[in-house]
Amino acid sequence: MATKILIPTPLRPFTDKQEAVEASGATIGELLADLTTKYAGLKAHLYNEQGKLRSFVNVYLNDEDIRYMQKELTPVSAEDTISIIPSVAGGREIQNSEFRIQNP
Amino acid sequence: MARRALQLADNVALLIRRHGEETFPHECCGALIGHAAAAAEGSSDESDAVGHGPSSASGSWATAAVPLPNTTEEGPRRRFLVRPSDYRLAEQRASELGGELLGFYHSHPDHPARPSQFDLDHAWPTFAYVIVSVMAGVARVMTVWFLKEDRSSFDEGDLNGDENPDPDPAATVHR
Repeated sequence: MATKILIPTPLRPFTDKQEAVEASGATIGELLADLTTKYAGLKAHLYNEQGKLRSFVNVYLNDEDIRYMQKELTPVSAEDTISIIPSVAGGREIQNSEFRIQNP
Repeated sequence: MARRALQLADNVALLIRRHGEETFPHECCGALIGHAAAAAEGSSDESDAVGHGPSSASGSWATAAVPLPNTTEEGPRRRFLVRPSDYRLAEQRASELGGELLGFYHSHPDHPARPSQFDLDHAWPTFAYVIVSVMAGVARVMTVWFLKEDRSSFDEGDLNGDENPDPDPAATVHR
């Protein structure tokens, strides 16, 4: 069973510049595992060193964030569309004095 | 390997600087839209809303900047967050303008224009990350950074099209 996955701009170099690809699996987790097997370059950007989805990687089943569903155990079907949507975050270094104030 | 480059249209550099000053002492953030190096190379269609500039194989051309709300809940003086809905908006805007999403900019209030470990931990590949240092409310050094393929650090790129008012380039880190 193949499900459509929409790929955001920064990850398209790892999917042969395709905006949408297909992967197989009964759950989001299985689908992403198949995706990163087919397109191995994606793995380091989607998962951290502990094998967990990075916090700034958002996965949507149609229009629902899987964090509010069954996360990676969320079931999928061929009619669904999966979207990988980045959160973009950053900021300056925190000085030691600020860190002590925030974490007394 | 040649340094990557990002050319900013005049209005883009100005918009980033003004945005950083307006939101000071909080961080500003926004999207950069234009033509990536590979896509721009050999292109001659000047009818696009985004337009085309003097791109080369190693440089991209940012012709539009889209200010976005900083939605961080960790303290906007030292963090920024572009939520998924605004990211979608940026991709949509890029498509409407006939360009592509090249990356994002943000400010470092009262701090150098160099990426932090937090920037590194949250960076996306291929994107250009423009950072403007805003010291005491005045935009100063502006730099551009690209995530290394192995995510170990950033490479500093050449930022063109900005009249940098500070003669001393920001010290680099994570190299």
